[in-house]
Amino acid sequence: MTDPTFGPFGLDPWWLVIVKVLGIFVMLVLLTLFTIWWERRVVARMQHRVGPNRVGPFGLLQSLMDGIKLALKEEIIPKGAHLAVYWIAPVISATTAFIAFAVIPFGPTVSIFGVETPLQLTDFPVSVLYVLAIASIGIYGIVLAGWASGSTYPLLGGLRSSAQMISYEIAMGLSFVAVFLYAGSMSTSAIVIAQEPIWYAVILLPSFLIYVTAMVGETNRAPFDLPEAEGELVGGFHTEYSSLKFALFFLAEYINMVTVSALATTLFLGGYIAPWPLSLWDGAMSGWWPMLWWLIKVQVFIFMFIWLRATLPRMRYDQFMKFGWKVLIPVSIVWILIVATARVLRDEVVLTNRELLIGGAVTIAILLIVSWVFQSRSDRRAAVRAERQQAEANLTFDPMAGGYPVPPMPGQQAVGTSRRARAGVTIVQDRSDVTQEAIDG
Amino acid sequence: MSGEDWVFWVSGSFAVLGALGLVFSRKAVHSALWVAFTMINLAVLYIANAAPFLGMVQIIVYTGAVMMLFLFVLMVVGVDSSDSLIETLRGQRIPAIGLGLGLAVLLVVGVGNGLVNSGTVGLVEANSIDGGNVEGIARLIFTDYLIAFEATSALLITAALGAMVLAHRERWLPRATQQELSKARFLSGSHPGNLPTPGVYARHNAVDTPALLPDGSTSEESIPRPLQARGDIRAVDHHEVNEIKEVDSQ
Repeated sequence: MTDPTFGPFGLDPWWLVIVKVLGIFVMLVLLTLFTIWWERRVVARMQHRVGPNRVGPFGLLQSLMDGIKLALKEEIIPKGAHLAVYWIAPVISATTAFIAFAVIPFGPTVSIFGVETPLQLTDFPVSVLYVLAIASIGIYGIVLAGWASGSTYPLLGGLRSSAQMISYEIAMGLSFVAVFLYAGSMSTSAIVIAQEPIWYAVILLPSFLIYVTAMVGETNRAPFDLPEAEGELVGGFHTEYSSLKFALFFLAEYINMVTVSALATTLFLGGYIAPWPLSLWDGAMSGWWPMLWWLIKVQVFIFMFIWLRATLPRMRYDQFMKFGWKVLIPVSIVWILIVATARVLRDEVVLTNRELLIGGAVTIAILLIVSWVFQSRSDRRAAVRAERQQAEANLTFDPMAGGYPVPPMPGQQAVGTSRRARAGVTIVQDRSDVTQEAIDG
Repeated sequence: MSGEDWVFWVSGSFAVLGALGLVFSRKAVHSALWVAFTMINLAVLYIANAAPFLGMVQIIVYTGAVMMLFLFVLMVVGVDSSDSLIETLRGQRIPAIGLGLGLAVLLVVGVGNGLVNSGTVGLVEANSIDGGNVEGIARLIFTDYLIAFEATSALLITAALGAMVLAHRERWLPRATQQELSKARFLSGSHPGNLPTPGVYARHNAVDTPALLPDGSTSEESIPRPLQARGDIRAVDHHEVNEIKEVDSQ
């Protein structure tokens, strides 16, 4: 076996590993309880309500009580369920949600019981890919839950989830590429350290925006919560789940929210590094303080999730897929091309930033002129084509054009079938109000 | 046993178990799941052998994308469809066994030859040449194996384009927009929205209780049509309705 250490990682004594694992587990469960309460309070405030305020101070214990109640409820398993898969699905969902957090850095090296150790369970050269891989296993939980329920709506939810995951993970993976190019590493701790002078959210803004969009799609949160769209699919993939199994899905959803937020913080907002006004204070990066900065940044993302949910209506499914494939992915690819070109020009050809900016401006100007020329030409062509089509449409319909029976083209009128024609009835087909689907069906 | 031995025996046996599960499962979805399980265990073995990049890509590409697509297709095809066990290709067993054995011999000879003759140095040394696993793979792909890599990508793009051409359907008419669909829905004269739900504003919360309109009359539309056809509509007790009205007006 190879040397398992990587930088300062892999050197912890066994008890410290257990402490860290337990710490992460407890933190994630507490964050879930807090996030549920926080979400309900914020959404309530945005809708001019009060929200849960009875159990504990400010209603903080409400989600704990709800969780206990949920776990103790009666469990109903549908007769048509595929039992083994039905059981394993929530387990996959919840465990993958927890283990993805193993490579998230909370802070720099601190001293725990006299041992100097980084505030991160572990790290290795491809740890960002690890998060992506674990997320892709986690989706199995949702897809399998949909299939194993043996019921229609969950199946549709599972199908949507698998299609959604395949589409949005591509955009998500592409948004990482620019970060890898700049950081020169795929390990989370190295990426955080590489952001010491400036956040990647600033210099790689398009990547950041694409990631933020894709992460909402990846976690099935509004406005992209199509796998569990309650207006269309009852509860989506978890319709047939109850009691503790449902609670596991619930838990997984909120932990995934924290995970993608933490990954966004790590890759784009400088992880635990103190933001500007705080960085003026010398003590901001000493001791355990960085973990607080990390937590604040993660909470900003979680607030954004809640805000989105309170504000935006759910997208239509076809629009959602179109957005992923026709907007996010092409934009990411073009952006990566630009970043890679700029970096090669700077590092190999040795251009200064100023020369790069001038060159970029000239390139954009040329592209604009070229596209304008092409646009006006294609406009003219379209006008000619429309004229020709108009002329064709005025021709009468020949049902045996070219010696074969053919359907009428748009604008042409079909003649009736022979029996009706014999009866002296001419059918005039006005197709303007007939949809393509109706014709196919 | 060292840590690597433990990983090998646990993950290796799981991978074989998954492969056997693939062959002996009756349901296509179960087979797909066993493949995913095998893939994850292979990835663990790669990582244990100092190839973390390959391990992660194995999970992302095979478990995350390829098997997910398989599952998608299986789920679209049908929840309970299990393949029939009648052979459609006649006499395919003997050539299949022959080809399988041939492949096994090729693999054993190829891998064995590589192990015995080429003087293996192990991945630790291989990784240290370029300063890391990822850097090493990147250098090999973009220098020594550039043509093979580009040829593979061209092949994949061709396959994707072919699939698009096969699935393409010529449209005669422009796709109806949301506005046109909505207009058509209203012009057809049928009820444009949800029908009124039964039992609303009535004393009995049941599907055979008609909804009451604001003037106290009942709405026929709120009763499911099979019940209407059978005549199973619960009569509304107008005495009760008047009572409610009285309470409301106070």
